[in-house]
Amino acid sequence: MYNDKVLQVFQNPKNAGEIEDANGVGTIGNASCGDIMKIYLKIVDDVIVDAKFKTFGCAAAIATASVATDMVIGKSVEDALKIKNADVVAFLGGLPPQKIHCSVLAEEAIHAAVEDYRSRASK
Amino acid sequence: MRIYLDNSATTRLDDDALAEMMPYFTEKFGNPSSLHAYGREALKAVDEARAEIASLIGAKASEIYFTSGGSESDNWALKGAIYASKAKHKHIVTTAIEHPAIIETCEYLEKKDGVSVSYVPVGKDGRVTPEAVIKAVTPDTTIVSVMFANNEMGAIQPIKEIGAFCREEGILFHTDAVQAMDSQAVDVNELNVDMLSMSAHKFHGPKGIGVLYIRSGVRIDRLIAGGHQERRGRAGTTDTPLIVGMAAALRKAVAHRDEVNARVAKLRDGFVARVLKEIPYVYLNGGMEHRLPNNANFSFGFIEGESILINLDLNGIAVSSGSACSSGSLEPSHVILALGVPEELAHSSIRFSLGRDTTEEEMEYTFKVLKESVEKLRSISPLFNMEKGTGSYV
Repeated sequence: MYNDKVLQVFQNPKNAGEIEDANGVGTIGNASCGDIMKIYLKIVDDVIVDAKFKTFGCAAAIATASVATDMVIGKSVEDALKIKNADVVAFLGGLPPQKIHCSVLAEEAIHAAVEDYRSRASK
Repeated sequence: MRIYLDNSATTRLDDDALAEMMPYFTEKFGNPSSLHAYGREALKAVDEARAEIASLIGAKASEIYFTSGGSESDNWALKGAIYASKAKHKHIVTTAIEHPAIIETCEYLEKKDGVSVSYVPVGKDGRVTPEAVIKAVTPDTTIVSVMFANNEMGAIQPIKEIGAFCREEGILFHTDAVQAMDSQAVDVNELNVDMLSMSAHKFHGPKGIGVLYIRSGVRIDRLIAGGHQERRGRAGTTDTPLIVGMAAALRKAVAHRDEVNARVAKLRDGFVARVLKEIPYVYLNGGMEHRLPNNANFSFGFIEGESILINLDLNGIAVSSGSACSSGSLEPSHVILALGVPEELAHSSIRFSLGRDTTEEEMEYTFKVLKESVEKLRSISPLFNMEKGTGSYV
């Protein structure tokens, strides 16, 4: 089912946790559907200097959150939004077809976090 | 270390059963339907196995029909009964917690054949009451099908009482006993069942072989047409080695049943008590009183079941989960939901099914890894606050 890379990332996820002074936070999903993805971003001069996640979800959701947060750190907000779920899945060497649904959550939560950052900035 | 706690999914083939099977793969390979000596020696083994399985469940040899397993037996019992009925309106009474082989067959018959189906709900303990089943019966009821014991949370159903009612009313009664054969005494007359499904690999027999017991006098249509095998009930070349292995495995399971049950239940009870006591926000799914001795099923608050399963697996421990993610569907287990468990906790359910080879050391290690896994996953759950040690779904 899962390949070794996915299992390895799931077992030792990077960037798990919260950012206390995050200025962009996005949450996607709900517990009754079995998935919640929460992404915290710390953005300075439109560059993502830190990203963390918290996940209620399956191994695919946790592994993609780890990879996606790692990918956006150091990128400009604009570049970060260009990262597609397919890039994350490719980095993991693929996911079982029924898991693609779970893997989209990270991308969506990053977008929601950026939206949150932008709406805070415009105030 | 590898620890197998998924014995409700399948069991290890018994060594003695394998040894009995081996000659029938090679030197005694004949087709039991053949008239020559090769066929006769294979037929002799099949006849003996059939007689032995029959005697172990209080049946006659002529009432044992070999199938490919539990799913085929379940499909055959329901479709066979419905298609054999000449009634204008046909009705099935079953439960909300049946195996998919029953539920999906009922759904098929509803859609394709206009059969109406009543799915009797269960209580928090995972059991139907005989009264609720009786109440669901109508003058149109063709067949009642209630599983002997549930595969996910182990609840043992009141088969004897339901059987007595059906016998009295002259209604066909089928039970899916796939999960029960290993640990429960099964006597088809005492239980008043007309049909009973079983599957060898759930009691240390080989995969790919099962039985549908059909009481003599009960007429159902056949599903698989072709040959005259199984007294024209089920076509297909008789699988001698698997049949021999099934009989050998059932013989052994019955002989050691009480001793194994006592040992397994003790390990299970200790594990359940410890999990409930030492891990916060854990909920036992189903009741303890009428439960298979090897089953424990919990929901772990604020974390998802598949991630617990994979975490245990990465530590060498094999279990099952009722989460949507582990099944490939979007819905969590229909069985856990039927208990009245909220969806978010149904997604968090894990089944531990112990076996006759499970040891105390294995359960000790499993508890330790489970506790660590739950803590690890809660530490990254957005629903749980590690500092306070509390969680919330809101």
